[in-house]
Amino acid sequence: MNTVSSDNSVTQGAAASQLPSGSARARLRRWRGVKDVSAKVLVATFGLAVVGALALIFIYLFSEVMPLLQSGDSDVRSSYEAPGGSDAETVHVGSNRHRSLAVRFTDDRRAIFFKPISGDITKTVDLPLPEDAVVTARAQAEPRTRISAVGLETGEVLIVEQEFSETFSDGQRHVDGDIKFPMESEDGPLLDIAEDGTAVRNLAVQRGSGGISLAVELADGRLELINFAETTSFMTGETTVEIKRFSLESPEDASITRMLMDITGRVLLAGDDAGRVHYFDISRPANARRLDVRQVMEDDDVSVTAMEYLLGSESLIVGGSDGRVTQWFLVRDEDNVRRLQQVRSFESHDAPIRTIAPEYGRKGFATADESGVVKVHYSTSQRTLLTQRVADNRSIRTLAFAPRANALYAVDEDERFHIVDVNNAHPEISVGALWGQVWYEGRSEGAYVWQSSSATDEFEPKFSLVPLTVGTLKAAFYAMLFAIPLAIMGAIYSAYFMSPRMRSTVKPTIEIMEALPTVILGFLAGLWLAPFVESNLPSVFSILLLVPASMLLFAWLWTRVISPSLGRLIPDGWEAAILIPVVLLVGWFCVWISPSIEIWFFSGDMRQWLTDVGITYDQRNALVVGIAMGFAVIPTIYSISEDAVFNVPKHLTQGSLALGATPWQTMMKVVLLTASPGIFSAVMIGFGRAVGETMIVLMATGNSPVVNFNIFEGMRTLSANIAVEMGETAVGGTHYRILFLAALVLFVLTFVVNTAAELVRQRLRRKYSSL
Amino acid sequence: MNNWFRNGTPWVWLNAGAVSISLIMVAGLLGMIAVNGLGHFWPKAVAEFDYTEGEDAEVQRVLGEVSRSETMTAAAMREAGYVVPEDEEIVTRHLIKRGNRDATGRDFVWYIGENASEFRYPENAMVLERLTWGDLIGYLKDYREDGEVVAEGDEARERFTERLQETSASVQEIGRIERFEIGAVNYEIEQIRLQQRALDLNPQLSDEERAEQAALLDEQRAEFQERYDALEDRRNELRREVRRFAITAELMDGREQEVVLADIVRATWPNDMSVPAKAREYVSVFWDFVSGFPREANTEGGILPAIFGTVLMVIIMSIVVTPFGVLAAIYLREYAKQGPLVRTIRISVNNLAGVPSIVFGVFGLGFFIYFLGGAIDRTFYPEALPAPTYGSPAIIWASLTLALLTLPVVIVSTEEGLSRIPSTIRQGSLALGATKAETLWRIVVPLAAPAMMTGLILAVARAAGEVAPLMLVGVVKLAPNLPIDGSFPFLHLDRAFMHLGFHIYDVGFQSPNVEAGRPLVYATALILVLLIIVLNVTAVTIRNHLREKYKSESD
Repeated sequence: MNTVSSDNSVTQGAAASQLPSGSARARLRRWRGVKDVSAKVLVATFGLAVVGALALIFIYLFSEVMPLLQSGDSDVRSSYEAPGGSDAETVHVGSNRHRSLAVRFTDDRRAIFFKPISGDITKTVDLPLPEDAVVTARAQAEPRTRISAVGLETGEVLIVEQEFSETFSDGQRHVDGDIKFPMESEDGPLLDIAEDGTAVRNLAVQRGSGGISLAVELADGRLELINFAETTSFMTGETTVEIKRFSLESPEDASITRMLMDITGRVLLAGDDAGRVHYFDISRPANARRLDVRQVMEDDDVSVTAMEYLLGSESLIVGGSDGRVTQWFLVRDEDNVRRLQQVRSFESHDAPIRTIAPEYGRKGFATADESGVVKVHYSTSQRTLLTQRVADNRSIRTLAFAPRANALYAVDEDERFHIVDVNNAHPEISVGALWGQVWYEGRSEGAYVWQSSSATDEFEPKFSLVPLTVGTLKAAFYAMLFAIPLAIMGAIYSAYFMSPRMRSTVKPTIEIMEALPTVILGFLAGLWLAPFVESNLPSVFSILLLVPASMLLFAWLWTRVISPSLGRLIPDGWEAAILIPVVLLVGWFCVWISPSIEIWFFSGDMRQWLTDVGITYDQRNALVVGIAMGFAVIPTIYSISEDAVFNVPKHLTQGSLALGATPWQTMMKVVLLTASPGIFSAVMIGFGRAVGETMIVLMATGNSPVVNFNIFEGMRTLSANIAVEMGETAVGGTHYRILFLAALVLFVLTFVVNTAAELVRQRLRRKYSSL
Repeated sequence: MNNWFRNGTPWVWLNAGAVSISLIMVAGLLGMIAVNGLGHFWPKAVAEFDYTEGEDAEVQRVLGEVSRSETMTAAAMREAGYVVPEDEEIVTRHLIKRGNRDATGRDFVWYIGENASEFRYPENAMVLERLTWGDLIGYLKDYREDGEVVAEGDEARERFTERLQETSASVQEIGRIERFEIGAVNYEIEQIRLQQRALDLNPQLSDEERAEQAALLDEQRAEFQERYDALEDRRNELRREVRRFAITAELMDGREQEVVLADIVRATWPNDMSVPAKAREYVSVFWDFVSGFPREANTEGGILPAIFGTVLMVIIMSIVVTPFGVLAAIYLREYAKQGPLVRTIRISVNNLAGVPSIVFGVFGLGFFIYFLGGAIDRTFYPEALPAPTYGSPAIIWASLTLALLTLPVVIVSTEEGLSRIPSTIRQGSLALGATKAETLWRIVVPLAAPAMMTGLILAVARAAGEVAPLMLVGVVKLAPNLPIDGSFPFLHLDRAFMHLGFHIYDVGFQSPNVEAGRPLVYATALILVLLIIVLNVTAVTIRNHLREKYKSESD
């Protein structure tokens, strides 16, 4: 550098006259100034862009998670007089997926198709009912089946199915609606149930896998069960309907207000005016019987005013005249009998519940009361998401969800229609649903479960993050259990006791393992280590015991016997190299003796023995993950703690040694104490790495989301869960956002841990430099 | 003894033991990958033995390669359903690769050593590597042409090997036509379809213009269709030619099976090979592995697309990460005002290196693919919708995601390099009247270049081994087309690609026949490990060299 500058000065001095003119120099200076500024702008732009990009990761993850935390909103979009006139009463309302067409059934035998936004009628269909028919009962199957039924004063029942068809032409969507009668026979669509003109008092209809079923309670107390079993002939492909009819005893001690049947055709529930629900087992209809009567209301002067199944007809939502809303389902008790049990309750209304509307595709529902208030609830998360005053102090008689749960159709007692926009994309999520015990449908108690998808539509997603978090911590715990002793002890030895020559090869060798792709560790763990451990289980434990013991024994032999006799041929600082054959030998011995140990102590098969003792053993388990992931974090911990120990100022150790302490005493009392913050930060960083590691846990565990710390069972971690499930989620859906939440949790967790470690390390560095 | 414990010697030894164990694990892991990965290509001897399960069971002739052996307790084997002689307590079991997946159903079977006779190594045992159904292991019976037996016994072997060399050239030609030429024509036809659709969607065209352009497209389509037909004819002709030749092999259970030469990749008689012959075979098999395309759900054939995809992705990533990383480091070190804010940014950048890689994958999927890619598709490729062009996992998004992931590595390394340059050098340059920019570009950056190089190499090493984020943003188990080919625009950034690391995961854990894929997984792992170790050692060497240099200069 010196030569260059002296050269410059020489040329400038000697050739002053050859300089360009003043204006040219000014131009050049300006040009250089421009370049200087533009370089600065360019560099600053790139620098800030990078900082921005890194900040963007956090912001973007957060923005994808945000919608989960919002509770949704609703708004009465329009209200109008019932299409087709308010003289007739609305029996039932439905709409198509796109909310472009809706249908209203009236008790004066019409089905009126109309546009829900404006109320304009597009078409009216007359239902094939007798002119003087009086509707005395109405019922609806699951909304997604689009099947409903009306019962008449004459004892007849009509089953109706709405149909919406879409056609595309000229780039436009045309929607048309129609009415079908799925149980139409030669005698027409009307089914005469009573056969003697007794009025229908209560009605339940359902379509399950076995076809359509009806339950009819007649005014004289008869309870009829009709099953239309559809069978499709394999030969001709024709569908034939077989009608089966059974008579049940109506409970004498109660007057029924509402009946429901489930889709499996096994359960008939009837609510009465004394606040009770009767459970009939109709799985064998010929000898159907009442199994249980349950008081679902707090007092017996409170009656069940509304009762509806949620999607899948597993959960029962009960609304009472006291405004309470509760969820019930059948739970097996100790005697293995299914009984109705209250699972949870929701925000109460101030007025009696009038009607309940379940969603088409989720476990949500809306309740409406006599004062015109509608509330939207979600069962799994036990949330009441929205409260909307739809009609002022007028009772809401009919309530229905749009198929995508983005609108509610409410009809009040004056036959006014209210269309309510509902924006409620992620009702499944609440703090309780993510982190607490949730009592899921079909289970006998609350549990922490992660099960995000299933083959059936009526599946209740189970989004508890507890199993995943426990799995993450379990994997990290066993990995650290394996890594910390090896890495820190190794670091202490290499930094303080090892000969410099050996250290210069050992340190890079161990550090290079940090760069080893974890997919390779995972593959070895899953395909080689897991089967090996399974068939040589005793050797794992014998190695754990015998290797340290043999090291001590050999150390004693070496220092007392071998080394003196060799004339101290090998100097101190090479102990690690001398021990390698010892460890290899003992390891080999443990594997060799392993089958014999199994024969001596575990009747020949340790795995079987474990199972007999009651310990579950998975081939890919926490032990395997602990070893493999421990292996992955050893270099991280080793490298940082080695630096911390090595950089302890030499005068400290020399002072200690000069005062007569042995090297080991110096190590324990002086060096370790000084370096402990560094070692702590090494452990933190290692922990951060273990928490976020994906490939090893993905490949070396069974990825089953269990909640336990059994070393012989697998786990599913947050990161592996993302890798497994991210590809199959719907963009923008709840599941998708929960996976983003998992990523955000990992991000924040590791960021905080690493920052803490970094701060500790910086403080340590300052301390060293001041010593 | 007590004194010995008190002065701490045993504890020092225990600590030394920790180092020994770590070293053994490192060496053992690398050794295991090397032995298994390299050993796979060495022609294995084919063993023949008689096997009886239980005393009065039928004697069964077994022929196959010994994959590996284990010592087990008899109880565990009985538990697993094997018949083990009563008096045995500890047994050895061998995993035999029997091949013949099409004939016997299971190509890997465990046999209890105690139930087997001595192993024999018949010289006429033949191993055929086939295009489908894995290996065939048996004895050559005869060689046929057009269905007629032409030769038997030793002569058959001679004629067969001769003919195989000829047919393999034709088979390669067929593969080339199918993979590249027909693929290219199909790509063009697809492009014409998209142009046609763009035409239909364009509202500004008058009817005449539209008809005119459509006619042009039809013409082109007809042309390509013609080329397609010609290629197909050629392929069918070649196929007919190579299907004329066949051999018959006797399998271990005495059954005979005919194999067409077109289905045979290579034929060896491993028990009858000298060591040099085996070495020649080894090189040839290894070359096929590195330069071939995968077959049979990736459990056979080569890994060229995976190597290609890994390298291309890393190159694109380097092109992105280098300017950003280096300029950001220069900004932080040279331009930004050093204060608490820059210190915070520096710590944050540093810590991003510790954020789990899967988080970057999630970000890449959401932001790059769905947000950016979706926007690009809506703006530039409306004709292809709803099929995504850039709105699906692609090599460009994978590269960008990994660029983000490795930014901290480059920044930290470059900053370290910049901070090691003595300030006297900068001051000297400034004192001579150079502007800050001139000082930077002429003096500082060249001096820090090796540090940047180190950062880039470390970034590449990290990127090459990363799998978890790639699973979300661009890697597939089998990509039909390479991201670079002969069709315009030659580099297809919107294509998904194959990757060495993901190949390991996929073949090892997702494939239906894990046992058959296992050697390939080891071999792939070996190549990946070698790549990464070489890169890392280079980086470390450069860094150490650099440190020494500045140490001496600053003294």
